[in-house]
Amino acid sequence: MEIKVVKSILEANEVIASQNREVFSQKGVYVVNLMGSPGAGKTTLLERTIEYMKEKKRMAVIEGDIATSRDAERIAAHAIPTVQINTGGACHLDGNMVRGGLQELDFEQIDLLLVENVGNLVCPAEFRIGEDAKVMIISVTEGDDKALKYPLMFQVSSVLLLNKIDLLPHLDFDLERFRSDALKVNPHLAVLTISCKTGEGLDNWFRWLEEKVNKKATSWKR
Amino acid sequence: MHELAIAQSLLKIVEEEALPYQGAKVTRVKLLIGRLSGVVPDALKFAFEVISQGGVAEGASLEIQEVPVRLRCHQCGEVFVVDNPFLTCPHCEGTGVEMVSGRELEITGMEIEDGNQGGQEHP
Repeated sequence: MEIKVVKSILEANEVIASQNREVFSQKGVYVVNLMGSPGAGKTTLLERTIEYMKEKKRMAVIEGDIATSRDAERIAAHAIPTVQINTGGACHLDGNMVRGGLQELDFEQIDLLLVENVGNLVCPAEFRIGEDAKVMIISVTEGDDKALKYPLMFQVSSVLLLNKIDLLPHLDFDLERFRSDALKVNPHLAVLTISCKTGEGLDNWFRWLEEKVNKKATSWKR
Repeated sequence: MHELAIAQSLLKIVEEEALPYQGAKVTRVKLLIGRLSGVVPDALKFAFEVISQGGVAEGASLEIQEVPVRLRCHQCGEVFVVDNPFLTCPHCEGTGVEMVSGRELEITGMEIEDGNQGGQEHP
């Protein structure tokens, strides 16, 4: 006998992600879901962002890793609330894992929550966690052909940070080709070139982020 | 790799839907998977096969219908199928396109073994 069932397979996750989002919105907290390959510079970007913004905004970080708390220790050294989520093998964070971490944070005291996803250019793109924006970071050493190989990640992201541009003179990375492929895959993507090492271009990222955080705080906080 | 997580969500839905049929075996599950969903059908089948063991869906086959990427251009109004991931209109090169299909990750139906149901009527 045939039964008709029409459902999104990820419905359960979508429901939890929406609940998380509601929690964030009620407190006016802006949430970034930061995604990228292992080694792209996610944790270093967080460190630079914290250094710049710590005095201006109240920040917290959720660190998603398959195992270890190394990244969380790096972030906690900057004296901001940090929650480690070990996925225990899973290649991405989902709404439920993030929900588990939320209890450890006091959202009355937070304007900006940065969530570092598991290092992976594929899986995290599929799972919402309740974020305001997905931001992806990719480094020039990964090659200029990634937009066509991993289109979903580029399509779901609002901002693409191309990191380690200080290495460009040593590589055959075609910046124009990379940018044009990325914009073909997602014409609305904001592409920013940065170097977390030298600091080049980071001001554009900070400006983007600060604007979003301010906007959310004024639209939601009573 | 996230096919395992997706298979787990799928199995949960299948087992819940099969609950009213009192342990009748699920033999087939029909799915729509968009080309741009990021899911590899074979990986999903394999994951489902492994995790469904010992339950009502053990041995059920996943019938996957892949859905092509269809875009509608807001500028020239055309709807077209693309075989690349570019969200740009191939006719007028407009970037105001909307994805009509291609991101699906849906269950559309399942087949359950008849009989052994104590003559009860089910929806």
